Amino acid sequence: MVGIVLISHSGPLAAEVAALAAQIGGQDVPLAAAGGTEDGGLGTSPSLVEAAIKHVDRGDGVILIPDLGSSVLTARLFVGPDVMIADVPFVEGTIAAVVSAGADMSLKNVLAAAMESRSFRKF
Amino acid sequence: MNTACFAAWIEEIARTVHAEKDRLTRLDAAIGDADHGANLDRGFTAVSRVLAAKQPETTGAMLTMVGSTLIRNVGGASGPLYGMAFRQMGRVLGDTPDVSIAQLCTALEAGLAGIQKLGAATEGDKTLVDALAPAIQALAQSVQDGVKPEEAISAAAAAALAGAEATIPMLAHKGRASYLGPRSVGHEDPGAASTALIFAALHAVTTR
Repeated sequence: MVGIVLISHSGPLAAEVAALAAQIGGQDVPLAAAGGTEDGGLGTSPSLVEAAIKHVDRGDGVILIPDLGSSVLTARLFVGPDVMIADVPFVEGTIAAVVSAGADMSLKNVLAAAMESRSFRKF
Repeated sequence: MNTACFAAWIEEIARTVHAEKDRLTRLDAAIGDADHGANLDRGFTAVSRVLAAKQPETTGAMLTMVGSTLIRNVGGASGPLYGMAFRQMGRVLGDTPDVSIAQLCTALEAGLAGIQKLGAATEGDKTLVDALAPAIQALAQSVQDGVKPEEAISAAAAAALAGAEATIPMLAHKGRASYLGPRSVGHEDPGAASTALIFAALHAVTTR
């Protein structure tokens, strides 16, 4: 199953979006939040992101979902053949990615499903 | 420039970033999230600590250490950006014992390419690229003109400072300030300001 890592400037923001997505998309999807700095402040920590990637990696690839600013740059440090970044709305993109990962879709297809959330209308 | 010279440069960056921490944070408070000074200070304080414990043996290893330490410790966008730049410079320099201005210029060009790969910014986007790119151009011109190393570095520092000041009227297209749109106009970019400090530090140690 594809793993998902949420990267945010804020620890609680990443954790709450992860909790919301897990409730909607299923508890089985490997999902981790890497928000804030190691001392709990605002910012991004490459060490926390690296640990989160290891935590959710089941061998089928990992999708990184950053919110904005340095989260995007930090995410880019980890991109490789099995680790991809989704340029998507943080909440909608995460839910789309978690639901697709839960349906055992491939890395490429989970990314594509997350990208579709860019065009979601709220009303 | 040998490893001792690079170590002096890095120590001088750490000293000036610490001294200018509040100014950098004030610039960032205007158009960003008010942490640039504190973040860079944390990063370079960590670099100083590593350097004091054990000085790397080659110029390349030293700059790679600086880059990796910044990435781990800064916590903001400048961590990956400056970290990537120093790591690319370290990769280019390798075990070159005595780095010429031309070699420094090539290394800086690789550093700039690394920053642009990560952040996708070009000149005019109101980012640190607006200070870094002109500094490298000034250095390259000096190499071509065959001027003395001190003069080449002096020209690069002046170009970085002018580049940073030129970001004031710019509209931000990249980074946190871009969310502000027209409200980003009228403020100096904090990243360009810290890049100017890095070149000023190089100038300070080469004219000692």
